[in-house]
Amino acid sequence: MQAFEYASPSSLKEAVGMLSSSWGETAVLAGGTDILSLMKDYIATPKKLVNIKGIKELGGIAKQGGGIRIGAVVTMDELASSPLLRGEYASLTQAAMGIASPQIRNMGTVGGDLCQRPRCWYFRQGFGVLAKDGSGNALVPNGENKYHAIFPQGDAYFVSASSLGPALIALGAKLKVTGPSGDREVAAEQFFTAPKSADGRETVLAANEIVTEIHVPAAKGIRNSTYEVRQKDALDWPLATASVALTMKGNTVSKARIVLGHVGPTPVVAEEAARALEGKTVTADLATEAGKAAVANAKPLSGNGYKLQLTRVAVKRAVMQAAGVRA
Amino acid sequence: MAGNYNWPPMESRRQMGKSYTRFEGIEKSTGRAKYSSDLNRPGMLHAMMLTSPHAHARVKSIDTAAALKVPGVTGVRVVAAAGAELNWVSQEIAIVAANTEQAARDGVRAIQIEYEVLPHVVKEDDLSKVGDRATPAGEQVTGDPEKAFKEAEVISEGQYGIPVLTHCCLEPHGQVIEWKGDVINFWPSTQNVSGIGGDLAKNLELPATQVKVHMDHVGGGFGSKFPSDRWGVEAARLSKEAGGRPVKLFLDRATELNMAGNRPSAFAKIKMAAKKDGTITGWESSSWATGGMTGGGMAPLPYVYVNIPNKRLNHTAVKTNGGPLRAWRAPNHPQASFLTCAAIEDLAAKLGMSPLDVMAKNVAWAVEARRETYLQQIKKAAELSDWNKLWHRRGDSGSGVVKRGLGVGICTWGGAGHLSNCNTTIHPDGSVVVELGSQDIGTGTRTIIAQVVAETLGLETRDVKVNLGDNAYPQSNASGGSTTVGGVCSSSRIATVNALDKLMEKVASSLGANADQLEAVNGKIQVKGTPGKSLAWKAACQKLGTQAITESGRNDPRNPRGLNTQGVGGIQVADVSVDTETGVVRMNKLVAVQDCGLIVNPRLAESQIFGACIMSICGALMEERVMDAATGRVLNPDMEFYKLAGISDIGEIQVHLMIDAEQDKRGIVGLGEPPTIGGIAAIANAVANAIGVRVPMVPLTPDRVLMALEERRA
Repeated sequence: MQAFEYASPSSLKEAVGMLSSSWGETAVLAGGTDILSLMKDYIATPKKLVNIKGIKELGGIAKQGGGIRIGAVVTMDELASSPLLRGEYASLTQAAMGIASPQIRNMGTVGGDLCQRPRCWYFRQGFGVLAKDGSGNALVPNGENKYHAIFPQGDAYFVSASSLGPALIALGAKLKVTGPSGDREVAAEQFFTAPKSADGRETVLAANEIVTEIHVPAAKGIRNSTYEVRQKDALDWPLATASVALTMKGNTVSKARIVLGHVGPTPVVAEEAARALEGKTVTADLATEAGKAAVANAKPLSGNGYKLQLTRVAVKRAVMQAAGVRA
Repeated sequence: MAGNYNWPPMESRRQMGKSYTRFEGIEKSTGRAKYSSDLNRPGMLHAMMLTSPHAHARVKSIDTAAALKVPGVTGVRVVAAAGAELNWVSQEIAIVAANTEQAARDGVRAIQIEYEVLPHVVKEDDLSKVGDRATPAGEQVTGDPEKAFKEAEVISEGQYGIPVLTHCCLEPHGQVIEWKGDVINFWPSTQNVSGIGGDLAKNLELPATQVKVHMDHVGGGFGSKFPSDRWGVEAARLSKEAGGRPVKLFLDRATELNMAGNRPSAFAKIKMAAKKDGTITGWESSSWATGGMTGGGMAPLPYVYVNIPNKRLNHTAVKTNGGPLRAWRAPNHPQASFLTCAAIEDLAAKLGMSPLDVMAKNVAWAVEARRETYLQQIKKAAELSDWNKLWHRRGDSGSGVVKRGLGVGICTWGGAGHLSNCNTTIHPDGSVVVELGSQDIGTGTRTIIAQVVAETLGLETRDVKVNLGDNAYPQSNASGGSTTVGGVCSSSRIATVNALDKLMEKVASSLGANADQLEAVNGKIQVKGTPGKSLAWKAACQKLGTQAITESGRNDPRNPRGLNTQGVGGIQVADVSVDTETGVVRMNKLVAVQDCGLIVNPRLAESQIFGACIMSICGALMEERVMDAATGRVLNPDMEFYKLAGISDIGEIQVHLMIDAEQDKRGIVGLGEPPTIGGIAAIANAVANAIGVRVPMVPLTPDRVLMALEERRA
């Protein structure tokens, strides 16, 4: 990796003050599970690395205003094992446990999960986030794209790697983002974005902003669940995931949120799938219908048509799991 | 007096046949074992390589001046000068040595280089798209295949493919090396302790005597770590240029996966003719393969069933711009087993027969020496896999989403002991040391040698010191081809019997007997069968006065004296569950039934098979080198998308070793390769059995499984 300056401030204000307003100059270090590999591969070459893991106010999971507050440097392991989340926020616990490596759960943080860069193998080999060759030809659509998007956006064919994003969106979470001019709140659903150029980013964060905490509203009575289709039981990126949150009225779904992961450059809110459930009682057939609706607008590439099926199944199984319906 | 080198009778052995755990197991699992890549020598330089980013290119110009100006850089060597052609990604161009790893990396990045990019071919799965990269070998015809197919009662056809894999050694290739004056001290990661020094010397045009090789442990080789390699040669030169400072150069993960060895692919269209009773009467195959720019040889087809009377074989080698092939644990056998067993399974499905029955029915086409073994193994594997209860006709696996299936794979291998020399020294204080220029690539070499020597001397294994890993020790061949256990056990047996005979000559008179009336048992030298007339081991050794005894022993592969032999079979049965909605395959169980002659240590033998089965599971379900047609890159030279099984992906592995008097009297046969061969076939066949359709290409990833299911529905 390229030599860099290292800072480990103890306050958030100090940390934000150290960040440059332009990307690439500085980078935030928390668990390091992503930024260090980016640096080793020279995909990221920051001049300064700002460690935020020592900032106390960024830690902790606590009840707050009926919901829950999760600090950005909470590790995935703390999240997965928190009794405050288990049950009521099952979809988050399940998503965290989907990272089937104790080492990565011990190091990786909630904020890092949201801000990590794509795993697209063209991006990681230096062809840029939009994966183009020297002549500007897109490499993904006719290349090796079995792990890529079936909901591409513009020229962005990678998939968002976030495990927690879909569940947070389904639960209506809000992120607190802190920058030089103070805090702002961003709905989880608005946080992710598809870059339009090679130097674009995958979130709405500015270069000198840090995700500092996450607020998840009360989910008591909201049946929520995450289902990941992974090839391996051991550590492996999911091929498709679905997080669902069902507000129930008796046996009927009064409101549904279904969010897909690993199928687009951002988590994909599946509105039509949600509509398919509302006002109805969940059965295996209904869950299957929701799965079909979820991919109605998908645009698979040359080698990833199978992800349509995986997405249908992920939605079906997440819905059934949330509703407690057996196959 | 010529020593009696025969193995002691099975029933009287006290050390051989015991299931000791690997002696260095704790050391290895706690990280205390130091591998060559762990070494840091005083004043050591770090070297990094500039390698090709292109699959095919010519170096137009290269300028290292800026690299030499990077602070800390001590030297740069160019191995692909202007005009040189580069034929694969990661091919070596230049090597930079520096005071720190980072400075070396910075030096590499400071090299100014221009390439002329040339056209490449990196994919061979579709033979019609490889153009002039295809080189057909001549057709081989045996018997009258035309007639066999004309008269066939059943004809089965299929197309199958198995991709290029990389060795993916956990300890990458490389070395620490120090060239000071006339002597090169060389700490490689190798499976060839006795031979690698000579190879390096040859490349440097030096006498072999100037290279001293040292290596305690090796973190995986699988056939890829025999030579000294470009990086060894250039690191040596950089050391010399730096006045003898040691240089450390180990490949990074991407370079390791890109070009430090791979297993060639194999694709084939196979047609079989048979009678309704399952007798195979004809075979036609048209295969192709790549292992890089040398093409790829034909896997031995038909596998095991070599004497099918009517055959037509065609093969095409395909040159691709990928890293060069290296031997990969049972070269070309897993491919051949998969291609053949998949075709047999498809034939059996067409006949409505169990593939075990078809395999047994056709055992006459196997070499005579193995026929009975295969029949016994088929029976045992059926029993252990609960075949009669769990096997069903293809696709007849119930209405649930998750389908269970069983499948079978077969293997054959040689495994004769290699050339090995050993010195055994008995000191007057009773201590014993054996020395061999060998290595442990997973065999448990130290442990089994100690068992053989202790057995021979009537001692405990803790009384024996085994020294390996240095080319100053007597020459012992490389660990490759399942040759090590047979070789080193035989040479250490012979050396130790020779040393013991000398000791007995010394002590005979004090026991009032002739040397040939003595035996070494229970820590004593005694008159045979007379424990009353004995000397404790130490007391006996004191009779040597000041002179230690050193005797040598040699396993000569041309005359192994019945201590080791070759030729094994092996049957594996896989039991899998397939989620037909996701295409995800889970292992329930893999049963491995294996013969391997006399077994020195059943636990270590079983451990070899566990490792082999795990490699098969990886190869069948997840492992594959992904090439990008446009950029020529390997897209997954990492441990993230070059997928290997984790512990939770493996399921149960049940090993059955044939340990009996019949096997025992054969002598030792090597075991490294055979259990690596049949697992991929077994798993692929189990999936076909479960889901009712052949997935033609391994690994059986969800996309391929779902596509096969979709085609079946359509």
